[in-house]
Amino acid sequence: MTEKTVLNATHRALGARMVDFGGWDMPISYGSQIEEHHAVRRDAGMFDVSHMTVVDLHGARTREFLRHLVANSVDKLKVQGKALYTCMLNEQGGVIDDLIVYFLGDEFFRLVVNAATRAKDLAWIAQQAKAFHVEVKERPDFAMIAVQGPSARAKVIGLLHEVDRARIEKLGRFAAAAAQGPHGAPLFIARTGYTGEDGFEIMVPEEQAVTFWNELAAAGVAPCGLGARDTLRLEAGMNLYGQDMDDSVSPWEAGLAWTIALDEGRDFIGRKALEAQKAAGAMRTMVGLVLDEKGVLRHGQKVLTDRGEGEILSGSFAPTLNKAVAFARIPSGVSGDVRVDIRGREVPVRVVKFPFVRDGKPCEGI
Amino acid sequence: MSEIPGDLKFLKSHEWARVEDNGLIRVGISDHAQGQLGDLVYVELPEVGSTVQAGNGAAVVESVKAASDIYSPVSGEIVEVNDTLNDKPETINEDAYGDGWIFIVKASDRAELDELLDADAYAELIENEDN
Repeated sequence: MTEKTVLNATHRALGARMVDFGGWDMPISYGSQIEEHHAVRRDAGMFDVSHMTVVDLHGARTREFLRHLVANSVDKLKVQGKALYTCMLNEQGGVIDDLIVYFLGDEFFRLVVNAATRAKDLAWIAQQAKAFHVEVKERPDFAMIAVQGPSARAKVIGLLHEVDRARIEKLGRFAAAAAQGPHGAPLFIARTGYTGEDGFEIMVPEEQAVTFWNELAAAGVAPCGLGARDTLRLEAGMNLYGQDMDDSVSPWEAGLAWTIALDEGRDFIGRKALEAQKAAGAMRTMVGLVLDEKGVLRHGQKVLTDRGEGEILSGSFAPTLNKAVAFARIPSGVSGDVRVDIRGREVPVRVVKFPFVRDGKPCEGI
Repeated sequence: MSEIPGDLKFLKSHEWARVEDNGLIRVGISDHAQGQLGDLVYVELPEVGSTVQAGNGAAVVESVKAASDIYSPVSGEIVEVNDTLNDKPETINEDAYGDGWIFIVKASDRAELDELLDADAYAELIENEDN
C-alpha cells in the first residue's frame, strides 16, 4: 500500500507526474523538472516533504541519550531552537540514517529522519532510548513544506502574522522557531534546506497544510517535485541516504567526516569502529566529478583510476552548470587521470571538491 | 497529450517510424515517451553509414532522470541523423513527432514495417500502460 501525504490531491490537481518514492506516492515534477530547478536557484520554489519522519524525544535524560545515539555532538546545541546535522551509526560505524536534531528544551529534542528508513530508524531509536527512559513519539500529524530560493524567506515572512515577522526575519541559519501562519496556523519554521539556497523547512499541522501550500503558491512560490530536489541537492554537495551512504559505509568514506565529533569521553554508538578506521586510514574517499564532454554521469557507473576502480554514487545532469556532475567513491590517494565507463566508452572526468553550486552560482573550479 | 499522427507506426518500446515520400524511414520517439522521460539533456546519435537491426539499440536519449536506448523499428543503413539534437535535445520534448525526429534509415526489408503497431493500437497500448 502506497502512502500519501495530505497534499497528494493538490499535486494531482496541479498535473504532477507521480512516482513511488520509498513507499510514498510523490510528485517528481509538475512540468519541466529543469524549470523547477531554476525557479529555486533564481527565485523561490516549494517541495512537499511531508513524507519525512518527525520524531519528538522527551525526558530528563534526552540530551544524554542523544550524546550516545548520534555521531555529531549535541553539546554544540546551546541555544533553544538550534539544529544539528548528524549521522546515526551502527556499532560497525555504518550509517543507519542521516538526520537533523533540533534542541527545543532541556527535556525536549526533535528529530527529522528519512522517509525510506522510517521503520528501521524508529525501531533503533526506541531500542536505544529504553536505557535512558526517553519517550520516543512520532509526529505523523505534521505536514512539511520546504520553501527554498533567494526570495523564499521574504515570501514566507510576508504570510506570517505581523507580530512574528521581525523575529523570523532574524532567525539564523540552522535554527528554528514557532510562528503563526495564515489563518492562525501554528508553524514550526526552520532555516534549513536541501538545495544549497537560503530558505525554510516548515512543519504545519496536516489539516492546515493545503491552505498554507495554496497561500505560498499565490505568493509566487513555484511547486517543485522530487526530481528538482535531487538535482538541487546534488549541485549543493549534499548526500542522499541509500545512494551516497548506507549501513555498510562509514561517514569517513561518505564525505561526512565534518559531522563526526570525537569529543573527549563521549561514548557514542559506532565510535570505536570509527576510531579504528581512522587509525588504519580510510580505504576509500568520496569525491566530486565533473564531465566536461556531452553525456550524463549516473549511479552505478564504474570509475577508473590509477589506484583501481571506484563507482558513481549520485550522478545527474546539473541544470545550473549545464553539464553532468556526480559523487563517486574511489580509492584514496588517486592522482592521475580519472575516467568513467559510460556504456563501454571511457570518458575523462575531472575530480573536484564539492559543493558544485552555492547560492545560485557555480563554485570556483567547477 | 498531443494527437498521435495517423501515418506513424510504432514499436511497443515507443519509437515511431514514418515512411517518407522518397521511401526512407524517419524515426523518433512518441510524445508519450518524451513525457515519461522528462526533460531531455543528451542524445547519442548513430553514425551516418552505420547498419542497424530492427529491434536493436541505435541511439540513446538521456533525460535528467535516466538513459534510454532507442531501438530501430526497421533494419537498414542510417542515412541521416538529426544534428540539431546535439545542441538542442529538448527539441524532442517540444515536438516529438516533428522537429524532434532522431534518425533516418534506408530500410533493407520493408516487410518489417508490417510488424509495427498502427496509431490506434499504439494509443490503446499507452492507455493501458497508464491504468
